[in-house]
Amino acid sequence: MDWAWVADHLDLIWRQTGRNAYLGLLAVAIGLLVSLPLGVACARFRWLYAPISAVATALYAVPSLAFFVVLLDYTGLRDRTIVIPLTVYTLSILVPAVVDGLSNVPENVRQSATAMGFAPTRRLLTVELPIAVPVVIAGLRVATVSSLSLVSIGSLLGDNFGGLGYFFTQGFQLPFPTEIWVGIVAVVTLALVADLVLVMVGRLLTPWIRRRKRRRITLLRRAKAGTAGT
Amino acid sequence: MKVFRDFWSWISTRSNWSGSDGIPQRLSEHIQYTLLALALAAAIGITLGLVTGHSRRGGLLVTGLSNAARALPTLGILYVLAAYKPFETTPVILVLAALALPPILVNTYTGVLQADQDAVDAARGMGMRPLQVLFKVEFPSALPLIWLGLRLAAFQVVSTATVAAYVALGGLGNFIRNGLATRDYPQVIGGAVVTVMLALLTLMIFTAGARLTVSPGIRARTR
Repeated sequence: MDWAWVADHLDLIWRQTGRNAYLGLLAVAIGLLVSLPLGVACARFRWLYAPISAVATALYAVPSLAFFVVLLDYTGLRDRTIVIPLTVYTLSILVPAVVDGLSNVPENVRQSATAMGFAPTRRLLTVELPIAVPVVIAGLRVATVSSLSLVSIGSLLGDNFGGLGYFFTQGFQLPFPTEIWVGIVAVVTLALVADLVLVMVGRLLTPWIRRRKRRRITLLRRAKAGTAGT
Repeated sequence: MKVFRDFWSWISTRSNWSGSDGIPQRLSEHIQYTLLALALAAAIGITLGLVTGHSRRGGLLVTGLSNAARALPTLGILYVLAAYKPFETTPVILVLAALALPPILVNTYTGVLQADQDAVDAARGMGMRPLQVLFKVEFPSALPLIWLGLRLAAFQVVSTATVAAYVALGGLGNFIRNGLATRDYPQVIGGAVVTVMLALLTLMIFTAGARLTVSPGIRARTR
């Protein structure tokens, strides 16, 4: 490891980290915006699910570099050349997550909401989607981590389109392993930080889960102390 | 559509089918990397998953390991390994195995954890030893999930094995790399489409494998 190089290039490392975060997170954000309505539709009309997930699976198998290159014909070399394939990849993770999350909603909860006079849209937005949050967040975590680490392949197209992948291609061509190591450590750190943020967002969005757990623990403690029911 | 026309013109050109840069040669390299990586990941993943699942310990290790492995950028790891061992296949196999490990490990672990607890208790009550319980009850119940993990892993490895071309080791990615370098887009598309077809074929093979080996009783329950 050449630490002097690292110290000299902190600016560049920071800038490429920003690029990497921007390209990867943008793809996940768009992917979520597309997956929510698609997932809701698939949960409601079951026959839609098989064809949609078949297409998403087939697209997921397209090697990312080939996907980028095919798009070059249509988009030229721009941010969207990288973002579109990454977005498509997230669909094969996020659509099933939304569908699974919605099918996890207990039937009695759904019926209670209807009985309380919730119209379908309001029931979806205020009852079903909140209950689906943990499963959707789990999918988002996988999608985010893999998106952020996939951005680096873009560096094979151009220096400004791979985020931290810039250090991989540079370090490999020179060859200068320090640079590759810097890229790897930065990508993993970025991905883990994003993952942690998502875990916290998930907790904030579902305060009832921890409250329920805490209550179960207090009940358990009381049961052990022989004061259950008081 | 242009994509299909390009693919057809490439795949129907006779010279693309022979020689050291022909489709059969690149396909066989690709399959070879995939199988080796998958075998390595399965050996480690299934063993670790069975041990942690059976002992019900190390769940944090399993999830932590698999989360961290997902964050590893394939291209970077491949380049760094290739910098120390250029022109060898070991780096490619290791990178692909790292990619295949998380789904196999997590699914094996979850599968064993979710084995019907009544069946496990009954097996113990019949006097089975821990290893017998593991291999006669827990493993067969976990099998559908293990197959699912293997399928996901194989699928991902097939489409990612294209990176081997970037350290001059061939595989189907070679068409993508060469095509990009010479602006020969039909070749890029050809390599990509063959990769996708191989990935879909892999899905079918693993689905069939699951159907053949999962015990009918368990299949009925999961359905």
